[in-house]
Amino acid sequence: MSSVIVRIPTPLRGFAEGQSEIAAEGADVGAVLSAVGAAHPELLARVMKDDGQPREFVNIYLGSDNVRTLDGMDTPVGEGDVLSILPAVAGGAE
Amino acid sequence: MRARDRRLADIRSKVPEVSPREALDLQRSGAALIDVRDASEVAQGSPGGALRLDRSFLELRIEEAIPDLDRTLVVTCASGQRSLFAADDLRRMGYRDVRSLAGGFNGWKDEGLPFEIPKMLNADARERYSRHLVMPEVGEAGQLKLLESRVLLIGAGGIGSPAALYLAAAGVGTLGIVDHDVVDRSNLQRQILHSDERVGVSKVASAREAVLALNPAVNVIEHQLRLESANVEEVFEGYDVVVDGSDNFATRYLVNDACVKHRIPNVHGSVFRFEGQVTVFWPSREGDPGPCYRCLYPEPPPPELAPSCAEAGVLGILPGVVGLLEAVETIKILLGAGDLLVGRLLHYDALSARFSEFKQARNPECRYCADGAEFPGYIDYQEFCALAG
Repeated sequence: MSSVIVRIPTPLRGFAEGQSEIAAEGADVGAVLSAVGAAHPELLARVMKDDGQPREFVNIYLGSDNVRTLDGMDTPVGEGDVLSILPAVAGGAE
Repeated sequence: MRARDRRLADIRSKVPEVSPREALDLQRSGAALIDVRDASEVAQGSPGGALRLDRSFLELRIEEAIPDLDRTLVVTCASGQRSLFAADDLRRMGYRDVRSLAGGFNGWKDEGLPFEIPKMLNADARERYSRHLVMPEVGEAGQLKLLESRVLLIGAGGIGSPAALYLAAAGVGTLGIVDHDVVDRSNLQRQILHSDERVGVSKVASAREAVLALNPAVNVIEHQLRLESANVEEVFEGYDVVVDGSDNFATRYLVNDACVKHRIPNVHGSVFRFEGQVTVFWPSREGDPGPCYRCLYPEPPPPELAPSCAEAGVLGILPGVVGLLEAVETIKILLGAGDLLVGRLLHYDALSARFSEFKQARNPECRYCADGAEFPGYIDYQEFCALAG
């Protein structure tokens, strides 16, 4: 088990009581996100599909690497790692 | 004998002179032909492929242009005298094989050898872009490239405003601006192209006025329309770079698909409240291709998770930062300078004052940009986004 910082993007902070970062424990990416989801189920539902994979408009990065290019949800995490959740945002012109 | 002639005779004993024909042969076998006349003389013509370095800056700039002290240099001027003085200085700087073109450019022309009228900046441009011209990454050649470039801005809003102003200021020759909207007072918190007195005016017309006030030489092309599958081909025609500052997912996917199809680099920026994302999508880049928008986000979020800036709000300065970063990447693409944000997503969190960089690989199975993929066609983007999730 490693303690990991999970960075919550602005559009999803409403589902995490406004927090920008949540500390959670787990051995891999999936376990850490599940731990976050146990406290914030609505947040997790917006990040992950029912099959446990990240949604198509969300990327999850371990440090600077997209976990899709690693071992996905099975990617092991280390003590003090940072997981960043980044959804697509569209704003710009209006 | 006059002092000047004594000095020239002395230099001739150290610097070999070559005929125009010999100079051309040397140039063809790898020597650098350096024209040291001033800009007004060069504007009348200069040997083809010559390096044009005004005599007054020669010693200061020669090493940036020719770092190899062993390369053969042939120096030319109008008649072959200034070139002797210049050659002697280059020899003393450490260049080991420096020669002077006897008869200079006049002799070169008389022999019927190839020359060109180089494209050059006029006096206004020389003054306006002087801070660019002294930088080796831009210089006169780079500035001329910018002046001949065509950039299309999607949106004259929060992102498009600073991008348009700075690209115009930098001397991008043609700026196309796409927007269907009119200026609203609530835009002015961030859309600095517009002004209080232009509330109610079309955004592209307002943008044109602001751009021309800053740099009247820019060719502004107004595309007053909502970008759609039916008009995207016509609008994108002829542009070198697209700067996406649109405000909705449907347009972003459309911009992506058209850029992929037409192999145009797509400089992307998007914002939400205090957060911005910037990257460059360029799957067709020679040698080192990057992902497209669909590689990064295969599908848009469902509408309830994608509130617009009107609904969610945005710090007015945030799209300014993002638009400037996009303008920087655009200039780098046009100049071919530096490392681009291709395959790298730059994330800016203004509240925590933190820039983070994330790697982004191509999706080898992307339907739009994978190697060998046939363009699958434009889709109904409104429906694609309405049904997302």
